[in-house]
Amino acid sequence: MIEHKTRVERPLSPHLQIYRLTITMAMSIVHRIVGSALYFGMLLFVWWLFAAGNARDFDRINGWIGTWFGQLILFGFTWALLHHMLGGIRHLIWDTTRGLEPGEREMLAWATLIGSVTLTVIVWIVAFMMRS
Amino acid sequence: MRTPLNRVRGLGPAHSGTGHFWLQRLTAIANIPLVIYFVFLIATLAGRSHATVTATLGEPVVALLLLAAILSITMHMRVGMQVIIEDYIHDEGLKITLVVLNTFFTVGVGLSAAFAVFRISLGL
Ligand code: HEM
Repeated sequence: MIEHKTRVERPLSPHLQIYRLTITMAMSIVHRIVGSALYFGMLLFVWWLFAAGNARDFDRINGWIGTWFGQLILFGFTWALLHHMLGGIRHLIWDTTRGLEPGEREMLAWATLIGSVTLTVIVWIVAFMMRS
Repeated sequence: MRTPLNRVRGLGPAHSGTGHFWLQRLTAIANIPLVIYFVFLIATLAGRSHATVTATLGEPVVALLLLAAILSITMHMRVGMQVIIEDYIHDEGLKITLVVLNTFFTVGVGLSAAFAVFRISLGL
């Protein structure tokens, strides 16, 4: 391990608790939380794919999807995917050093939030129209 | 002479340099169209009958796109979670353990999902 013998004595930056929560901060944290939720959420998708191996298991999983809780998980999963996608695109824009100015940052943060909810609703409306 | 900065330059906590950053971006870009497709597939297939779902996943184009999504997503998940582990876990032993478990988990998710897709599309 490298010892830092020449530690500079300088003021520590303020701790997280005394910062005012801003939309950019919130969306940054949400991106990480949602990414982690998706990480484990993929298990649900694998479970569903495996259940498709036979009709009986699949009927059981469909019964579960039909409950309000199942619908909530399903809607939440698709929202999480789309929200993380928009948040990720925001990161990719930042990687080009664009969109970092005051105002632009806030605009992008709101766009991920409003955009993800709007997109999710649109996807489900289109999916339902294609069913019937 | 090797200064501390020289020793770590370009390596970082994972000792693998910018490779992971690049892989994270590459899979992020690939994920954009693949996840849009994935979300759409989920929305149109969730709750549908066994016959409909297996018939759809049995289409070669659907199966291929789904396999591509599974590959890109699991690679991306692995790098993403490794970054999170490196950010919060500073105990070297625990960090390595979690990084290894993360690899096992993501490879496991990827292989089992791919296996399930093959099983359906080959009608087994
Ligand atoms: C839809 C397309 C996607 C895009 C464009 C995207 C983009 C990104 C980007 C750019 C990062 C790095 C963020 C940073 O540097 O702080 C990231 C992190 C991450 N992503 Fe994605 N991602 C996508 C889909 C997914 C999916 C489907 C999953 C999981 C199933 C996932 C899981 C993660 C995780 C766990 C992280 C680490 C979070 C963090 O470091 O804060 N991503 N994603």
